[in-house]
Amino acid sequence: MNLLQFTDRGIYCPAGDFYIDPWKPVDRAVITHAHSDHARWGNKHYLCHTDSVPLLQLRLGQDISVQGIKYREPLLINGVSVSLYPAGHMIGSAQVKITHEGQSWVVSGDYKTENDGISGEFEPVKCHTFITESTFGLPIYTWKPQVQIFSDIREWIQSNRQAGKNSVLLAYSLGKAQRLLYNLKDHVSKFMVHGAIYNAQEVLQQQHWPLPAVERITPDTPKSAYTDSVIIAPPSAAGSTWMRRFNPYALGVCSGWMQVRGNMRRSNADAGFAISDHADWPGLLDAVKATGAERVFVTHGFSSTFARYLQEQGLEAGEVKTEFGQEEEEKEVTTET
Amino acid sequence: MYHFSSLVKTLSNSTKTNEKLEALSYYFATADEKDKPWVLALFSGRRPKRVVSSTQLKTWCMQKTGLSEWLFEECYHTVGDLAETIALLLPEPERKAAAQPLHYWLEQLLQLTTAEESVKQSFILQSWEELPNSERLVFNKLITGGFRIGVSQSMMVNALAKTYQIAPATLSHMISGNWAPQTTLLSDLLSTENTQTDNSKPYPFYLAYALDNGPESLVSPEEWNAEWKWDGIRGQLIKRNEEMFAWSRGEELITDKFPEFTPLLPLLPNGTVIDGEILSFDREQNRPLPFQSLQTRIGRKNVTKKQLQEAPVSMLCYDLLEWQGEDIRPLPLRERRQLLVQLVEQVNHPALRLSPSINFDNWDQLTALRLQARDNGSEGLMLKRIASPYQVGRKRGDWWKWKVDPLVIDAVMIYAQKGHGRRSNLYTDYTFAVRDGGQLVPFTKAYSGLTDKEIAQVDNWIKRNSLEKFGPVRTVKPELVFEVAFEGIAASGRHKSGIALRFPRINRWRQDKKADEINTLDDLREILKQYG
Repeated sequence: MNLLQFTDRGIYCPAGDFYIDPWKPVDRAVITHAHSDHARWGNKHYLCHTDSVPLLQLRLGQDISVQGIKYREPLLINGVSVSLYPAGHMIGSAQVKITHEGQSWVVSGDYKTENDGISGEFEPVKCHTFITESTFGLPIYTWKPQVQIFSDIREWIQSNRQAGKNSVLLAYSLGKAQRLLYNLKDHVSKFMVHGAIYNAQEVLQQQHWPLPAVERITPDTPKSAYTDSVIIAPPSAAGSTWMRRFNPYALGVCSGWMQVRGNMRRSNADAGFAISDHADWPGLLDAVKATGAERVFVTHGFSSTFARYLQEQGLEAGEVKTEFGQEEEEKEVTTET
Repeated sequence: MYHFSSLVKTLSNSTKTNEKLEALSYYFATADEKDKPWVLALFSGRRPKRVVSSTQLKTWCMQKTGLSEWLFEECYHTVGDLAETIALLLPEPERKAAAQPLHYWLEQLLQLTTAEESVKQSFILQSWEELPNSERLVFNKLITGGFRIGVSQSMMVNALAKTYQIAPATLSHMISGNWAPQTTLLSDLLSTENTQTDNSKPYPFYLAYALDNGPESLVSPEEWNAEWKWDGIRGQLIKRNEEMFAWSRGEELITDKFPEFTPLLPLLPNGTVIDGEILSFDREQNRPLPFQSLQTRIGRKNVTKKQLQEAPVSMLCYDLLEWQGEDIRPLPLRERRQLLVQLVEQVNHPALRLSPSINFDNWDQLTALRLQARDNGSEGLMLKRIASPYQVGRKRGDWWKWKVDPLVIDAVMIYAQKGHGRRSNLYTDYTFAVRDGGQLVPFTKAYSGLTDKEIAQVDNWIKRNSLEKFGPVRTVKPELVFEVAFEGIAASGRHKSGIALRFPRINRWRQDKKADEINTLDDLREILKQYG
């Protein structure tokens, strides 16, 4: 029997009787990270990385039953060993390694291989079977190093300032927003943020993450407060009347989908920055290779393409349908105007 | 090429017409003199002939990257643009070469026209290896064409008008016609002498807006001339200095494609320019043939005898723009039309016909006549103010098109494919079927007609309800019903359904209908019988 099975509730470990990132309520859920398509509401008990605990509580409520463990510290669940390894996707994100009777599987959750400074450094884990995401599983998605992208973003902010415009960056409130804040903190004097980002920020600052101070945008915020600041808002704000307060402004979308011009143009933004918290094509390939796995299951994204490519490389690979990939970043940007 | 690729980037990122205009105007004010005519050519449909095929580009990119064909195709169908796909796939440049201006690259490409494949290949590969990432896309676009960055002809005209302080209408005429960017400087084009020396130079076309409400908004019927709106190729026929030229609205010289006009050369007086519609005409029945018969002529260089016999074309004349060497566009339509009627009568040749005026006394009468448009083989009515001059470009006020309502049919989506350009990586290209007994018969594709929001919903649905994948095409559960609109219908041996539609598009998403409520193949055949 396989150590893990794909069921209609999610990825299931029969030997340990637990699920990983289930999409329907179960008794015991191991959670890779706090995004809503992986950490869903209604499970009786949650297990995740300690850094994820406050984020899960923020999103699912203070009253959930949740246990946090550190990276690389195995925990036995019904005799099955479960341990977490950094996934580099966002704060607290983890790959889950399950070992039992000489077999080991790793569930990647979402991951990226470039170290962004705040989400932890992705660590390849040796295993027999690897379950990988494939959000950007096509060779056209090869990211520029983030140093270069942040330099582009800074240049853009500078030129907006010269043109007398406010700079509004759209970034997912949990993950991408902190990545921007952390990497721009030495170059920007003031950040103005949307309430959703502010809420996450409060929780993270209590945990002493090295993030800069931010100011919450409220209906009472005077227009003058935006001068010389950088504004960060979630993608859902695009095209809404809420944005009017920033006029005149330039809109920059931060998402891996911005790699392709068509997506960029569809977003009706002034600039697109292809910066993603998911692995690019070389990243996915490196990650798969580094696990040494003989068998790979490919979940959400360009799963059939990536699986076929891996098969051509001599691996046993298959596509698995899951209900992951509903998070903002994983969906196409389809801004309505 | 750095300046040009920055311009392309600005234009493609900007969503505001004014910003684009500003960027273009600035470019024309500051660019290399030899680059300017090329930019004008590239953005106004005057792109040089392709010297390297898409297949060659694809093959060489696969060689360079080591990607297999299926994976390349997956990438291409996701990006929806070959030039961009290649630019995204190529590895970082290997070395840095001296920066060259835009015209250098275009001239280099032109020199490849007659070169052997191996010479072309080494030039392309070398360019890819040396060009910085930001310029590779533009380089590839120079080969494949079609920048898709939302620059219209009128925007080009307005930008140049701004830079050179010439009235847009005059400028539009100056840049029309027969010139090649490799031998012409923009300053030559924009001199008045040039306009007089080029015998072939057409006038910019006057285009009508659609009449949204009824004609009552136009007030007095006696101030208007009504004609049928023909569905062929809008064109100009020019005779000057014993030479004749035919131009399409896309500013393509099409004289050689239509030898039917040759007999007109001795019959037309010098200094004549006629605006009209080129149509295949059933000379016995005295009515136009369906558009499909003209379509067989368009892509071809040489016309066959059979085509000349079965689907000969005529020019249905709308207007007279030049008479006895004089630009008469400022004259009122009434006077131009009078001269035109005399001219057509005098020439008296079946290749030149008058697009007749329709007699009507009041709007109700015309409204009723409009319903007969399809029976005449036309697509509706044109309304032109009798006192109007012949203007430049699309203008409101004096000319209106009042098309008949499209034909519609309810159909179910059975295949979907990802779109191009702005719709890259979204399922936007659908194939529709009608019912035939227990079977579904595909009969048309349609690409447009849904809002962005609907596209997002349908895209999401397709991703969750696909049955099989054949290359870029997904078969989907036959569940979503759409109303497909079209302008015309014809029998076709090339289609499984036996019919071909003209201008099919999605009218609306029928979320209120189920797949068993769609139309049948018999319904389509009935429409064919009536309007085909």
